[in-house]
Amino acid sequence: MQREGSAFSGLGVVVLKELSDHLTSVRMRVLEWLIVLVALAALYGAIQQIKETTAEDPFLFLRLFTTSREPLPSFVSFISFLVPLMAIGLGFDAVNAEYNRRTLSRILAQPIYRDALLFGKFLAGLITLAISLITLWLLVIGLGLLLIGIPPGAEEIARGFLFLLVTIIYAGVWLALALLFSIVFRSAATAALVTLGIWLFITFIWPVLAGAVAQIVAPPDPRYLALGLPTPATSQVEQILARLSPSTLFAETVVALLDPTTRSLGPIYLSQLQGAVLGAPLPLTESMLIAWPQTVGMIASAIVLFVIGYVTFQRQEVRA
Amino acid sequence: MSADAVIEAKGLTKTYGRAVAVDHISFTVGRGEIFGLLGPNGAGKTTTILMLLGLTDISGGEVSVLGFNPAREPLSVKRRVGYLPDSVGFYDQMTAADNLRYTARLIGFKKDEREKRIADAIERVGLAEAADNRVATFSRGMRQRLGLAEILMKGAQIAILDEPTTGLDPHATAELLAIIRGFKAEGVSVLLSSHLLERVQSVCDRVALFSGGRIALMGSVPDLGREILGGGYVVDIEADGAGLPERLALIPGVSGVERTGIGKMRLHADRDVRPEAAAEVVAMQGRLKYLGVQEPSLDAIYTRYFESKPDAEMAVKDGERDAA
Repeated sequence: MQREGSAFSGLGVVVLKELSDHLTSVRMRVLEWLIVLVALAALYGAIQQIKETTAEDPFLFLRLFTTSREPLPSFVSFISFLVPLMAIGLGFDAVNAEYNRRTLSRILAQPIYRDALLFGKFLAGLITLAISLITLWLLVIGLGLLLIGIPPGAEEIARGFLFLLVTIIYAGVWLALALLFSIVFRSAATAALVTLGIWLFITFIWPVLAGAVAQIVAPPDPRYLALGLPTPATSQVEQILARLSPSTLFAETVVALLDPTTRSLGPIYLSQLQGAVLGAPLPLTESMLIAWPQTVGMIASAIVLFVIGYVTFQRQEVRA
Repeated sequence: MSADAVIEAKGLTKTYGRAVAVDHISFTVGRGEIFGLLGPNGAGKTTTILMLLGLTDISGGEVSVLGFNPAREPLSVKRRVGYLPDSVGFYDQMTAADNLRYTARLIGFKKDEREKRIADAIERVGLAEAADNRVATFSRGMRQRLGLAEILMKGAQIAILDEPTTGLDPHATAELLAIIRGFKAEGVSVLLSSHLLERVQSVCDRVALFSGGRIALMGSVPDLGREILGGGYVVDIEADGAGLPERLALIPGVSGVERTGIGKMRLHADRDVRPEAAAEVVAMQGRLKYLGVQEPSLDAIYTRYFESKPDAEMAVKDGERDAA
């Protein structure tokens, strides 16, 4: 049955309203300050480390993102930890709050479809995250310029920009997950707890679990064990399982983009090393090709999660 | 669809799995009419409203709202119909005017028109002084009035009000009912649902009494009173005059005269016999101290109906259980 009008009628209005709500909310202020302070700390550590240990590096600027100094982790590690929290913070009550405030049926009685409301909420969350991350990215670039005193090259800027894009996509995955649970659970607290639980599981427990499961699925070969080498089949299964986590996908993508010497995100076989100049940086396009599957994986995850949420929302009763 | 009907439902049905929430109901609402969907909680009133607005799928039957099919043309319906949900909610952190601005933008009003409509609507519901206050500070009655302001701002041809008086004090209820009467005066049709029969009976031109997802009774309150209660009219008189009760009993249409106190009588009649009763008192050279007619009560009609049809009452209980 063909529906009348556009599914996105009213989308812009919803986006602007939600964006305004996000940007003026106390929750957002707290998250922004948290991410800025932590990032500054990581940046400070990175700059100290770079000043002390790096003599000459064609990609000095990129080291800002990846270098760590004990006890602080690198900027990228902080980002991969905090971006999901930020996204969950913005999305966990996106839909259930409308039920709880009893505004949903009143808003949906206006000439808009549910599509516009849901997509508007997702877009507004993503734009908010993008604004925060762009600001942070500019802050890092600016402080890097001031503190290192060397301007970044074009390729460094391009790689840094791609890192920013990938981070926004990564945030989109967690936002879509939070939005999904805000649809499934009427209680905002339950939605937040479940989403945070899944984040903790995927980020910290799953990588360990993936190794254990891989050993059961593809037991290590004793011949490799005798040589002290990992069994390729076991490693492959472990990697496949680990890549079910968006955190793994993000980490691999970032490594490929911010470390130009990265030639592969999986095991490297001798045949692949034939003729290779070890330690030589790859061109940007080559790094992009390496990171592409992981990036597509994250985009697909976000789309799948959003679609599940969309279908669930379409089937729900709107009465509070 | 008849020319005068703004809502026409035929065999409208809604099922959730095997549970039937609304069971083949048919009704029409005329232009400028206030039509009440009345009945206990869980009887299917809100589900019917959601189907009219295209907010839930229709399992069976047909419905037309202002000539549009809510399932296929929900945007056309929602552009012309205002809806005040049960316990209406607003964004607490926004002001009353900003809440209406958001809705007006969703509807698509241009800025100048939007501001004029909002100011007019807020003024009409008596919230002008609170327009720039955050809704978090509003009482329940004020929120309900703001909901009505939204319908006015929209310029709706039909206002659908779901349990508008629930939780309101008598004063707020009276104010709300006055605004609803104002809708009718402007030619806006009103579909009003409530489980508080007595509160809304005074404003309804016609009512449909729901039970277990079905319409058990439909018509004007006096008509239903005559149909269910019999006699229909109860006229109370306080007057003096010898032999007055006997004279009153002879008025055509009076089926009985009952003494309720010294000089007080109650006439049971099949029509409004107040003019004849007054004439008799005057003819007896008596003094008329009080003359009044009791409208049939919806509560009484409802109770009597289910006393006479226990199977219908079972249907109500089934409906309540399903809803629970």
